[in-house]
Amino acid sequence: MASDDIFILGINMTKFGKHPDKDALDLGAEAVMAALSDGGVTMADMGILAAGNLLGSPGFGQSLQKQVGQTGIPVYNVANACATGATALRTVVMAIKAGECDMGLAVGVEKLAGAGLLGGGGKPKSDDDTWTPNGRYGAVASTDGRIGTQTMPGVFAQVGMEYGHKYGGTSFELFAKISEKNHNHSVLNPLAAYSKSMSLEQIMGDLMIAYPNTRPMCSANCDGAAAAVLVSGEKLKSLSDEQQKRAVKIRASVLTSDPWQDGCQILPDVNTLTRMAATQAYEAASVGPEDLDLVELHDCFATAELVHYDNLMLCDEGGAVDFFESGKPFRDGERPVNVSGGLQSKGHPISATGIANVWEVCHHLRGEAGDRQIDGARIGLAHVIGLGSACGVHILESAAA
Amino acid sequence: MSDTSTQIPMVDYLVLGDDPHLQATKCTSCGSAYFDRRNACASCFGTEFSTEPVATEGIVTAFSIVSFAAPGVPTPFVAAVIDCDGTQVRGNIINCEPDADTVSLGMAVKLATYSLGADSAGTEAIGFGFEPA
Ligand SMILES: [Zn+2]
Repeated sequence: MASDDIFILGINMTKFGKHPDKDALDLGAEAVMAALSDGGVTMADMGILAAGNLLGSPGFGQSLQKQVGQTGIPVYNVANACATGATALRTVVMAIKAGECDMGLAVGVEKLAGAGLLGGGGKPKSDDDTWTPNGRYGAVASTDGRIGTQTMPGVFAQVGMEYGHKYGGTSFELFAKISEKNHNHSVLNPLAAYSKSMSLEQIMGDLMIAYPNTRPMCSANCDGAAAAVLVSGEKLKSLSDEQQKRAVKIRASVLTSDPWQDGCQILPDVNTLTRMAATQAYEAASVGPEDLDLVELHDCFATAELVHYDNLMLCDEGGAVDFFESGKPFRDGERPVNVSGGLQSKGHPISATGIANVWEVCHHLRGEAGDRQIDGARIGLAHVIGLGSACGVHILESAAA
Repeated sequence: MSDTSTQIPMVDYLVLGDDPHLQATKCTSCGSAYFDRRNACASCFGTEFSTEPVATEGIVTAFSIVSFAAPGVPTPFVAAVIDCDGTQVRGNIINCEPDADTVSLGMAVKLATYSLGADSAGTEAIGFGFEPA
């Protein structure tokens, strides 16, 4: 291993779902303790902590230290919507790359079980009973629902529909089939919030949230945490054979925001920044999409999964529908996508997601994924996107390669 | 609709009067359109802007039929993106059934206004949407 490479030494995700008896600190500490143990190290070895918890109190990282060990290291509390976990990882990667430390800890936690619709909402009505222009658009009433929608299900529904307008071939049934694939994958994942297979009829007949996404086609709000210990290649050389053998190499770690595109202020453009991140990641890793043994991509809604086949260049431009229908993204296909069950089944505790996706890939690269193991997996990609926007892409490779 | 003295647009980029339309702030160097104020153009960083009318007819390029919304917003409603002669606009599709048999990708629509009701001073708020053309 080259000294300037960076590796994942230890990583963990908690069971996703409802944890009524645990708060965000309990869940975060559980993931941190398990990640440290997985890596065979302690808080004394950590040179930096990057922590994300969007819905919690400020200073979450420092509160977490008080649960697991206070050593005076710098703490970066990060926030980047659904890419918060990936941003925490990226922060630790940069610190190690800069030579500031040789080991660091990234953690993301969210308590979301029972949360309603995210996004949109609008301001509460004022007591004033006259129409009064307010905000950057001089709006006299909440615009959400009156001038389109800013709620997540509606926004991502339009993202998928826009793809259909551009290239054709999409339908309610197609999007539901993507969801059926992920729910069927989830059966093998004991840590998923929902691990039941669902038929196409069940998915299409369920509660419509924002056409064409029914409830099971939306990511599940749930509780969960994930944490990772990163180490420099130089430091890893001094660790045990067992630690070196299980270490997973970070071949690429990329974070992008959205560049200007016509219409990006009207409907968030989740495509361009994902394509940019993927391009940079493939280049940094010197691999192409054809080298990937598995992909965990950000299927916050079934409609989103379709466009990311294209954005991550798993298919030719405009070819996402054909790619899906060819069977390639199924777990027994050529390019398995979301074998964890994806966010639609596994759940989406926002800040944890960007590390949990990496955990899933690492699990396969280490050959430790049990019943859902993708045999011989050597290289994998984890992708997340947070609206606003931020996109994180990590390409990982087994050290045994 | 000619007496607008007691009317107020729901947003400041909706221009009322005999010929209701939307207006955009356009970058004078690259033509990028914005519906709010910008310090510099997000596309080319230019700092000169002019106010231009937006075409009132367009094509639906994306939509969703949204079943859940904040209290006070009638559901289901059709949220959409409309390409108005090159300017992307966000708006609801109104004056038609909110179902996937009625609304389709690529359908032609035109701007329409409606009343949100009057306040205690008698001022009527006017909103906008797009209806089948
Ligand atoms: Zn410009």
